[in-house]
Amino acid sequence: MKLNFRKTEEYFFRLVMLACTVVIVAALLVIIFSILKRGLPSLSWEMISQKPKGGFYFGKEGGILNAIMGSLYLAIGATVIAMFVGVPVALYMNVHILKRKYMVNTMRFLLDLLCGIPSIVYGAFAFTIMVMIGLRTSLLAGMLTVAVFIIPIIIRAMDEVLRTIPRGLMEASLSVGATKGEVAYKIFIRQSFPGLVTALLLSFGRAIGDAAAVLFTAGFTDNIPSSLTQPAATLPLSIFFQLGSPMEEVKNRAYAAAIILTLIVLLLSVASRYFSRRYKKHSIKF
Amino acid sequence: MSETIKINIRDLNLHAGKNHILKNVNISVPKNKITVILGPSGCGKTTLLKTLNRLTDLNPEIRVTGSIQIDEEDILHTTSDIHDIRKRMGLLSQRPYPLPMSIFNNVAFGLKISGRRRKKILHKRVEHYLRQASLWDEVQHRLREPAISLSIGQQQRLCLARGLAVDPDIILADEPTSALDPVSSAAIEEKFIELKNNYTIVVVTHILRQARRIADHVVFMYMGEVVEQGPAAEILHNPQMEKTRQYLNGAFY
Amino acid sequence: MKERPIGPKIFSLNRYLKDRVGETWMIIAFVMVLLLPFIVGAGLYLKSRILLQEHSIWTLLVSGNWNPQKGEFGLAPFIVSSLWVTALAVLIAVPVSLLSAIHLTQYARKWFLNAMHPVIDILAGLPSVIYGVWGVLVVVPFVKRLAEWFDISVSGYSILAGAIVLAIMIIPFILNILIEVFRTIPEELTEASLSLGATHWQTIKRVLLRKAVTGIISAVVLGVSRAFGETIAVLMVVGNVVHIPKGAFQPGYPLPALIANNYGEMLSIPRYEAALMLSALVLFSVVLLFNFASRIAIVQFEKRV
Repeated sequence: MKLNFRKTEEYFFRLVMLACTVVIVAALLVIIFSILKRGLPSLSWEMISQKPKGGFYFGKEGGILNAIMGSLYLAIGATVIAMFVGVPVALYMNVHILKRKYMVNTMRFLLDLLCGIPSIVYGAFAFTIMVMIGLRTSLLAGMLTVAVFIIPIIIRAMDEVLRTIPRGLMEASLSVGATKGEVAYKIFIRQSFPGLVTALLLSFGRAIGDAAAVLFTAGFTDNIPSSLTQPAATLPLSIFFQLGSPMEEVKNRAYAAAIILTLIVLLLSVASRYFSRRYKKHSIKF
Repeated sequence: MSETIKINIRDLNLHAGKNHILKNVNISVPKNKITVILGPSGCGKTTLLKTLNRLTDLNPEIRVTGSIQIDEEDILHTTSDIHDIRKRMGLLSQRPYPLPMSIFNNVAFGLKISGRRRKKILHKRVEHYLRQASLWDEVQHRLREPAISLSIGQQQRLCLARGLAVDPDIILADEPTSALDPVSSAAIEEKFIELKNNYTIVVVTHILRQARRIADHVVFMYMGEVVEQGPAAEILHNPQMEKTRQYLNGAFY
Repeated sequence: MKERPIGPKIFSLNRYLKDRVGETWMIIAFVMVLLLPFIVGAGLYLKSRILLQEHSIWTLLVSGNWNPQKGEFGLAPFIVSSLWVTALAVLIAVPVSLLSAIHLTQYARKWFLNAMHPVIDILAGLPSVIYGVWGVLVVVPFVKRLAEWFDISVSGYSILAGAIVLAIMIIPFILNILIEVFRTIPEELTEASLSLGATHWQTIKRVLLRKAVTGIISAVVLGVSRAFGETIAVLMVVGNVVHIPKGAFQPGYPLPALIANNYGEMLSIPRYEAALMLSALVLFSVVLLFNFASRIAIVQFEKRV
């Protein structure tokens, strides 16, 4: 019967669909489990509290504190730079030129494009600029490169939040004598605060996890950088280089380092959920 | 004048999660008449209509008890296919929701999914139902255009034609004119009066004047309960219950 | 600004200055971001120009001869590898995400959908190097065994391994968009279709998928852009052998891996830098073209549904 076929088809696809969802969840579990399994035995306090000592890359003692600190410095710096450039742009789009639909839409298209540009392209581009102006691989160069590639992400995320703020709020503020700048920097920022925190955490996560953009710009060192002009090690690159070693001990330490990086990213994810929930109370609901 | 009961709702209760939305609803809907379900918004009218069509199945949190008999068959506890039951009722919602396809395919959709694909027959049927919904003259030269290119009023008539095309004997309408301009509303109301010779029509509305214009039979609902029901003339002009009287006098909406 | 006759002088100089500075910075930042794609594009072009003057762009793109020492810079092996990896990854990721999105929005209970959100977030947030590590640990051996099953003996470092890793990497992004797309389709549309006697599955196939078509396009484009440019994770599992790959079990050498692997030595060989910049330009152009094409497609479809 016709209808029976329809039902069988639906039943079949429901199973396939469920299987797809299960595959996605399973993938996450397998990723985390396989890294934990290989990395946990090598994970030690020494790993995260010490810099690499002589012979570290041959399996001798030392840790990856250089990479942890380098990554944190780099990601914090890049996020702060990106915030000071990105947030005003998002505000400008949603307060000042709100009515020039054409301009805003063009900008949104360009932002989508920028978000789509691979970070390796940013890295390569930044490297040529560095060669041109004579800047060596350094923490600063890495920060700037990473900042450039997370700026579009911050703007886009902020834009999504700011778009939901009703026009009435702006009109009401303007009518009590606020300037557009004040509407943007005081009222819209406050209104979208949870969105801002989430956007920042999101781009911080991207910044700390990216390897391609820092590969040629930040360099690599066994020391913790003490100034912006020194090179800086990063966690993803540290994992990458250690994994390239033929020695089993070094490889195992790469897996342990992967656990640390995963933990940082998980923490960020939990924090952004927490913040976006907690601060929702302080903004007006519509 | 004796009337046949088309839909007989007995002891219908509906829970959505912890909310008790429909409470012991008993309604008799007479055949070939326009039954208007009247009541303030949030009283469960729309939910009742969806229960008739078993669209409540979509939400796993909803529990329904009681019985709904249509032509003596209890559609809540039946062995016949739910999709065949739904086909016996055409649904018109608050705003027109044309399917994302051409005008022609909107009307032909119901026919196509039940396996009728012969071009010639399809074309004839589509024309027939578009004429029934008084839309044919306006759209006959643009059948291949997307349905969203029509005006809202035209879209609602298209939705009517689409519903009629599966050959139902009941039309369920959920505030069908609330998104329309007065002229389009009037067209829909006229259509209902014309169609009631062949169909049993249930209209949910909170517009009192609309009820006065088209109703043969009125059910007044409040907070998920049926307060009063009966022939339009009685309920609208001489209600027995205090609540109904307050509503008719405009005490609340 | 009009003068206010009564009340305190609200518009003080300090406030005025702050306002000007704030607004000027907004405009500067806006223009910078606006120009960024053009600057990147132009910069990459200028850097690869030397090579483009010596050889026609066409020969560079289709030639399979890659021999930097001899000044031969045919990019075909890398372009073909990139296409292979990306196409396979998207072929895996899009159906899985689409089916899962339908399952989550149409059939699954609400709590299940809510429970999936953190899973998607975490998958999207995991750094690519972690995916690479996972690829080396799990996917590469898996591909090796899969190939043995077909009686092919390979190392496992292959196009297929890269594609699987990439697919899992882009699934959260695609899935996220698709869930949003299906959630914003009004429920009444489903009800309308069901009331005409369609089954839930018919409704999904004939109504919801059509309605979702523009959203699906944007999701696919996002997936392609991400997959095409992903560097480290792919680099770690794809094998990095310079040849034109002829099958999924063979190793490949995608464009981003080429740039990442050879940047250090590029300054020592003439024209090498230009060739790598050209590969970056190719990546950039493909992303650009894809974005434009999708924009046009979306506008077209929006008119129809």
